[in-house]
Amino acid sequence: MPDLPLSPRTSPTPDLVVVGAGIVGAACAYHATRAGLSVTVVDSGPIAGGTTGAGEGNILVSDKEPGPELDLAVLSNRQWRDLADLPLDDTTFGRAVELETKGGLVVATDQATLDGLARLVATQRAPGIEAVAVPTDGLRDVEPHLTHDLAGGYRYPQDMQVQPMLAAAHLLRLARRAGATVLTHEPVTGFLRAGERVTGVRTPRRDLPAGAVLNAAGTWAGQVAALAGVTVPVAPRRGYILVTEPLPPLVRHKVYLADYVADVASDSAALQTSTVVEGTRAGTILIGASRERVGFDRTVSTPALRRLAAGAVRLFPVLRDVAVIRAYRGFRPYCPDHLPVIGPDPRAPGLHHACGHEGAGIGLSLGTALLVTQGLTGQPPALDLDPFRPDRFGPEVPR
Amino acid sequence: MTHPCEFEILFDGTPLPCRDGWTVGAALTAAGIRSWRDTRHDGRPRGLFCGIGICFDCLVTVNGQPSVRACLVPAAPGDEIRSQQGTGR
Repeated sequence: MPDLPLSPRTSPTPDLVVVGAGIVGAACAYHATRAGLSVTVVDSGPIAGGTTGAGEGNILVSDKEPGPELDLAVLSNRQWRDLADLPLDDTTFGRAVELETKGGLVVATDQATLDGLARLVATQRAPGIEAVAVPTDGLRDVEPHLTHDLAGGYRYPQDMQVQPMLAAAHLLRLARRAGATVLTHEPVTGFLRAGERVTGVRTPRRDLPAGAVLNAAGTWAGQVAALAGVTVPVAPRRGYILVTEPLPPLVRHKVYLADYVADVASDSAALQTSTVVEGTRAGTILIGASRERVGFDRTVSTPALRRLAAGAVRLFPVLRDVAVIRAYRGFRPYCPDHLPVIGPDPRAPGLHHACGHEGAGIGLSLGTALLVTQGLTGQPPALDLDPFRPDRFGPEVPR
Repeated sequence: MTHPCEFEILFDGTPLPCRDGWTVGAALTAAGIRSWRDTRHDGRPRGLFCGIGICFDCLVTVNGQPSVRACLVPAAPGDEIRSQQGTGR
């Protein structure tokens, strides 16, 4: 079926306007159209122009402690696997978006860290996470180029990777084939109201009335929420990634140090780096992960880049003589409790949120979209939405 | 003082004239060589594209080191330049 043109459909009022054409907005548009809703997506920039286009494409279950986020990760993981086999033109969705079911490998440099990892693994089993212990002398069978001096690790077969920009674009393409309209480079400047009720959005070019509005604006979701008069405390957490020159396959899994889990959950504002290394289908190797709270500062931080490179060489000595061809940074949307905001907003009826997924939004997008769509169509949610409530932060949260 | 050939470098075993201050990419181009790398998947020819170190198209093997940017690396007397297939590794 040919793609529909990217032109605004003026006639009937859509059931849903999605604000944000990143991975979460795209996944929600896809799920909503599949559920029979008519959808318009609007974004201030291009498709995947924000955080979606500035990450690694993680679909991870390994890096989460038991709790609502892990439950959401498990729900999402299942959906990525289902979607992988969907026929798409002359290929499948999975191949089109470079979905790789490669699995993760979490390694520890010392026995104490390995013991901590073992405790995490034990708690992750009940929510359905598979993890296979890999002893020191077995690590190089799993990853031949790993450094020798590691205490051991765990392989997580469910971890996956995707090319996130392709994923967002193809999800939107599927939504458009089901009748959705996508408007890019059109910022939302206000909300249409009927009393308390949100009845659409306003852009510099038009009013977009809708049955409901979904705030999927990622790191900018707090600003969108403010236009509706509600507070959603999403703030940016900057992360850098290094990209190597294309190489023959050297790194098979997503490989990271066990202290990554602690860093992700940390409340520190200072620069933190924990080594994450993975190959891509293009042959480049991606090296992460740094995180720091510096607002939307886009300047290059050489200390962060240096630490990432040193960490990668420490884990994979073969990378010492490999050139880094570029580095990029993204602003992960984080909330004070490191949980996303999902569901209807009781403070502004008609407004729903799907934002604040921090560095896990690619992986969590499909499960989030399912929950949002269930809420919009009156179905019972697959997960308890209470931990993700938009109004859980209280009326006023200092930024 | 002008001199047509200050030193030579080797490209796949063939001597090429070179001058002080030239990059490897400049020496190859001056000798009429336009491509020195084949792409990884389709084996298509590549040489200078941006010429300023950004695009990583002009990768070449210099003295055994693969994937060096020909447009940036200064040529030195006796350099052994090798055309590169794919990643060169």
